[in-house]
Amino acid sequence: MIAAAGLVAGLLLGLVFQPTVPVALQPYLPIAVVAALDATFGALRAYLDGIFDDKVFVISFVSNVVIAALIVYLGDQLGVGNQLSTGVVVVLGIRIFSNVAAIRRHLLHA
Amino acid sequence: MPETHDDGPILPAPGSRARVSRAQVVVALLLAVLGFATALQLRSNSVDDGYAGTRRGDLVQLLDSLDTANQRAQSQILELEATRRELLDSSTQTQTALEEARLEADTLAILSGAVGATGPGVRIVVEDPTGQVGASVMLNVIEELRDAGAEAMEINDQVRVVAQTFFADDGEGMTVDGIQASPPYVIDAIGDASTLAVATSFPGGLEDIVATVDGTVEVQVLDEVEVTALSVSREPDYARPAD
Repeated sequence: MIAAAGLVAGLLLGLVFQPTVPVALQPYLPIAVVAALDATFGALRAYLDGIFDDKVFVISFVSNVVIAALIVYLGDQLGVGNQLSTGVVVVLGIRIFSNVAAIRRHLLHA
Repeated sequence: MPETHDDGPILPAPGSRARVSRAQVVVALLLAVLGFATALQLRSNSVDDGYAGTRRGDLVQLLDSLDTANQRAQSQILELEATRRELLDSSTQTQTALEEARLEADTLAILSGAVGATGPGVRIVVEDPTGQVGASVMLNVIEELRDAGAEAMEINDQVRVVAQTFFADDGEGMTVDGIQASPPYVIDAIGDASTLAVATSFPGGLEDIVATVDGTVEVQVLDEVEVTALSVSREPDYARPAD
């Protein structure tokens, strides 16, 4: 419950204050959001599996975000930023799909 | 695994309030960060001007096409400006031609007596006590004034003297262009006033001509003489413009 409240509170804060994204962070924010979504769905799956650990969640959340941003940064430095961010999004998308599939099996038994 | 399971259930367990809270607060915090970032990204995407996320290659292509369009517009501007200059030139020429034509029309209108005229000149009053100043004398007077450069003349404020004007004697005086004129004859002439005045008085001039028939001449030099009589309009029956 508190977790869902936190998510809603964050969304509301972002919508209410409408801060501008710093230019330097603009290429990394979407990737970071996708990575965080991946970590969140992974955590939900772990919770439904009965193996949720908040430490694991925190570490996977932070490291997912940081690594995704790092990969994009590295790609930008190498001149393949667009291709690499596409790759990261594809990989994270596949993971999100498999996690959601597991969650679906848990909830709907199908 | 059972231990971690006990440590962090999402659903609150009434017995272990403090431990549950810590785990839940951390999770909630991270999810809040996720929500915040998502809202941020959604908003920055929705206010995007459409080019921020465009790739470098596409941007270069866009820039190229803009450059090409710009060049095309530039050359169009040059063309249109040249056309405008041409049109301005031709309209100036037309304007000048029109001005000249108008000037010439004014000159011709004065010469032909179609319009009134004003300017410096003389007013000549010819007294004719004996009634002997006839058409031939008047014609001589007019010729003298013409020689002296009179540009517009009228007689008795009634008749404009032009190239086709004719004089004829009749019983009480004379007719000028078929209009009865009786003494004293008043001749208004526009031209160089001093020359016109001299033309009347030199030996063999106007005064001498009139004196031969016992008339007298009085000449007034005026700064402004008004010739208001208009000539009878004469449509040429045979002559046509040659161009």
